[in-house]
Parts: sequence; C-alpha cells; structure tokens
Amino acid sequence: MNTPLVSLTNAGKSYQQLDALKSVTMDLGQGEVMGLFGHNGAGKTTMMKLILGVISPSRGSVEVMGMAPDSKEAWHCRSKVGYLPENVSFYEQLTGLEVLTYFAKLKGFNKKQAVDLLEQVGITHAMKRPVKTYSKGMRQRLGLAQAFIGEPKLLLLDEPTVGLDPIATRDFYQTVDQLKSNGSSVILCSHVLPGVEQHIDRAMILSTGQLLAMGTLQELRQQAALPVAIKPLGLNGSVAADSKLNSFLTSNCPDTLMVPEDEKLAVLKQLLSHEALDDIHVEAANLEQVYQHFLSLHENKQQSSKQQGAQG
Amino acid sequence: MKQILTVANKEFHDGLRNRWLVSITLIFALLSIGLTYFGAAASGAVGVTSLSTTVASLASLAVFLIPLIALLLSYDSFVGEQESGTLLLLLTYPLSKSQLLLGKFIGQGSIIALATFIGFGSSAVLLYFQLGDSQIFTSFSVFILSAILLGLSFTAISYLISLSVSEKSKAAGFALITWFLFALAFDLALLALLVGVEEGISQSFLTQLMMLNPADIFRLVNLAGLNSSDVNGALAVAINASLSQGQLFSALLAWVALPLTVAIFIFRRKKL
Repeated sequence: MNTPLVSLTNAGKSYQQLDALKSVTMDLGQGEVMGLFGHNGAGKTTMMKLILGVISPSRGSVEVMGMAPDSKEAWHCRSKVGYLPENVSFYEQLTGLEVLTYFAKLKGFNKKQAVDLLEQVGITHAMKRPVKTYSKGMRQRLGLAQAFIGEPKLLLLDEPTVGLDPIATRDFYQTVDQLKSNGSSVILCSHVLPGVEQHIDRAMILSTGQLLAMGTLQELRQQAALPVAIKPLGLNGSVAADSKLNSFLTSNCPDTLMVPEDEKLAVLKQLLSHEALDDIHVEAANLEQVYQHFLSLHENKQQSSKQQGAQG
Repeated sequence: MKQILTVANKEFHDGLRNRWLVSITLIFALLSIGLTYFGAAASGAVGVTSLSTTVASLASLAVFLIPLIALLLSYDSFVGEQESGTLLLLLTYPLSKSQLLLGKFIGQGSIIALATFIGFGSSAVLLYFQLGDSQIFTSFSVFILSAILLGLSFTAISYLISLSVSEKSKAAGFALITWFLFALAFDLALLALLVGVEEGISQSFLTQLMMLNPADIFRLVNLAGLNSSDVNGALAVAINASLSQGQLFSALLAWVALPLTVAIFIFRRKKL
C-alpha cells in the first residue's frame, strides 16, 4: 500500500481564544497536487505551518513522511520540503544569486545549483543585481527558485502566482506538472482560482478554520450539484416554446439552460434534434462556482445557527 | 556545525557590506589614536602620555561606545527578519533555532571583535613606537580582550531585545534604554547609594553590585591594574576591594553566556 506523504488526523491549532484551525483530517499521496482554497484567515497558512513543523498542533496529529514534522527525528526530512511563504522580502541588499546561494547552502547544496535554479525560473539576467531592484514578479520567481532547491518531495506554495505575468504563470504551472511527474507532491494555496483547475488533482476548501469540502473537482461538482450551463445558438424562441426545455431557463440569462448534471445528456439530445441549431456551448460549473457554493452554504449554516442560538 | 558557519558567514559578510566593520574600526582607531596623542592636552602638553592614563581614558571611552555599537549592530537581527518573513522561512529549513542564533552571534561577534582588535590595536602599535615599552602589549591585550567580551555581551543582550519584541522600532527604543541604563544610570545609582547611605556600604558589597553590570566589570578589569591616582569616583572605592583579574574575566564571560542562553530559551518559546 502506498503510504501517504502527508497525513493530518483531527489536527487543530488554537491561539489563546482563537481557533486558527479547528479539526482537519486529510491525506496527501505521492505525486499528488492538492489545491488549498479559502479566504484570508481561513487557516491555510496555519495548516501549512503545521505541515512544515514550525508550529505544533494543539490537537490531533500531523505526520509528514511518517514522522511528526516538529520532532527532532524529522530534521533530515526538512531538506526534502520546499516552502514559498506568502509575504517574504528577501535580504534587499544582497544580490539574487547571493540570496539563493545562502538558502541552497543551508539545505546542503552549493552555488552551482543556485545558478541552475535561477536559470530555471528565468532571472539569470538579474542574478548579479541586488534584490531591492527586483520587480514583484522577479521577487516571486526568486522565492519559487528558493522553494525548488534540492528537488523537494513535498512543496508547499502559498499564493505562488501572485504578481506573475501570464507567461510566468504558465511556466510556473509547467514546473508544477513536471515536479508532479517526478513524484513530488504539491500543496498549492491560493485564492486566485482561474487557471489552477487543470493542474490540481484534488481541492480542499477551508473557511474560518473549518474544512468545508475536499475531493477531486468531479466529486466536488457532484456534491455541490451545480447545474451545467448549456447555451444553444440559432434556436430563436423555440426553446421557450418547448415545454420540456423551458423549465431549465432562468430569468437572469434567457438564452442559457441551467441543467442538472444527470439530465445533461437528455437535454443535449433534444437540442440536437432541432434543425435550426447553429452551435452549442456546454459549460460545467468551474472551480470558482464550486468554491462560492460551499462558502455560501457554510455562511448560511452559520447564520441560521446564530439565529437559533439567539432564540434559545 | 556547518549550518552555524553558513549563517555566521552570511552575517559577517553583511557586516562588511554595510560598512559596519570599516566604520567601527575607524571610530575606534581615530579615537584611540587621538586620545593617545592628545590625552594630556588638558595639562598643556601634546604627545604621548603615560600608559596608565592612556588606558584609563580609552577604557572610559570604550565603556560608552562599545555597548552602543553592539546594540546598534544587532538590535534588529531577529525582529528585522521576522518582519520581512525570512525568519519563518529559515525555520522551515534544516536549521535549528539555536543554530541560527549562534550563527548570527558568531558572525556579528566577529565584526565587533575584529573592529576592536584592529581599532585599538593600532594605537597600541603607535604607543609602542613612541615609548618602546613592551609593557604596552600586556596592558593592551587585557584591554582589547575585555573590550571584545563587553561587545559580545551587549550583542547577546541585544538578541534578548530583538527576540522579545515584535516591531523593529520598538527594538530600537529598548536598545537605547538598555544602553542608557547600563552605561549611565547604573553608575549614577551606585554613586547615589555611596553618598546617600549614612552608615556607608561595605566595599565588598559595592563590588558585588558592580558585577550586575558588564560595563562596570569592564571598568574594573582595566582600571584595577592602574595607579589609583588616575581613577576616581565609585570605582576607586571598589578597586581597593578588587577581585582578581581571573574572577573579573569570568564574570564578563558569564555576561556573554547568560544572555545568550536566555535568548535561546526565549527563541525556542517564541510564537511564529
């Protein structure tokens, strides 16, 4: 059996009165890419810190590569873990190469690897310049190079694409795919959702320290039971006239049919039988909609429980 | 050990890059050469005065400057990295908190030690050419060694400050207060105690009180061996009951080791 690289069992972290992370159970297998989504203060960073072993869990247990990451035994595993913090400004007065060489040395590598990594993230031209002259995107690339030191088995990336231009973002996702095919596991932490979908295996949605949903995109879509948007072109008015089809029409988008997943094929077949049909767009709910769905579900639940509490 | 050296190397190079080493060395060299030459100007003569006067004036100068420089150099070592986010990142590396702290201490300590050695050493060499007395090197090695220990002690104390606060500006404020307390207020309080307490306090008690301040231990080390005519105030009293140089040096060493240990302890418990 394949043992999970990271496993959290009812893990939680509290600071005085604040429950930063309530109780999370999750596994991350080898070569798996997990997307971790949530608003600010949802507990994403706390969860990353737990996995990194920088803080110890208040409840439950955390295991990385079969060991508690905050223990002494896990020390040598740390060189196999890469981390990109959300807000980091590297030593401004040092050059990019000096910064990366310092971090590479701390992980037991040398200057040569640092140069190679800078080439990989595409800032070789600026490596002799002090970091204070770098743009936001270049700093982010330097941070990524830092996280990639030593081909880590586990990568934790907090908002990796913030400040990157579209080409750099594409390069970044290519690197993630490449690391994945080499057997590395990645946890991507983000609230920027578009573009990330095709690169993650599973998604996790957190809000106020609670795990709202976890699974593959397919599973999450099913759980959310969000309708598929079908937009036929060229059928002037005949959809509205059809008694079977017009029930799927909504008032705010008159041309689009919102169809539940299990009726999708039946509706499509029926639409195809219309001869006037020019074109057809079928769009399943995207990650952003799924995310919004779970968040609003959670908010409604919280509000109703608050009201109940106020009444009782 | 390799990790400690990597951190130490980086901190040392930061000290070189920021011109700390050059500035501190220059300050020490200029002031000590100046004092060596013009120390007797008050009595109307220019030129090298006696060895004991020179060391006495150098010591009373160094006791203010060295703590201030050490605090300035290191007050932001941890709180600065915490603010920029690199502290959290470093702690996810295979690098323990005590390794990071010791690495920084060795790196920044070397800057202070080297600057003290070159800066004050230069005036020792100058004096030797003027007086030709090999006694100079014994006196100066005691002076330089104790000055280095004083600097290291305040480096360790500034780590305490840097690890206990959460903002850089607060650390700067605390560093200034610390300097004021140790370099000025403590001695004034001792004097007040000497004058104010009617029945008089015993010499040994006074000496024991002085052990509570590394700056005063430094003074004792350097002034004890000199003619008491060059020394006045609370020190003169204490010197008569003085401890041996060995004891004083161990007290200074304790003032390096103790804050450093406490700093490691605070760092381990620090919430990130």
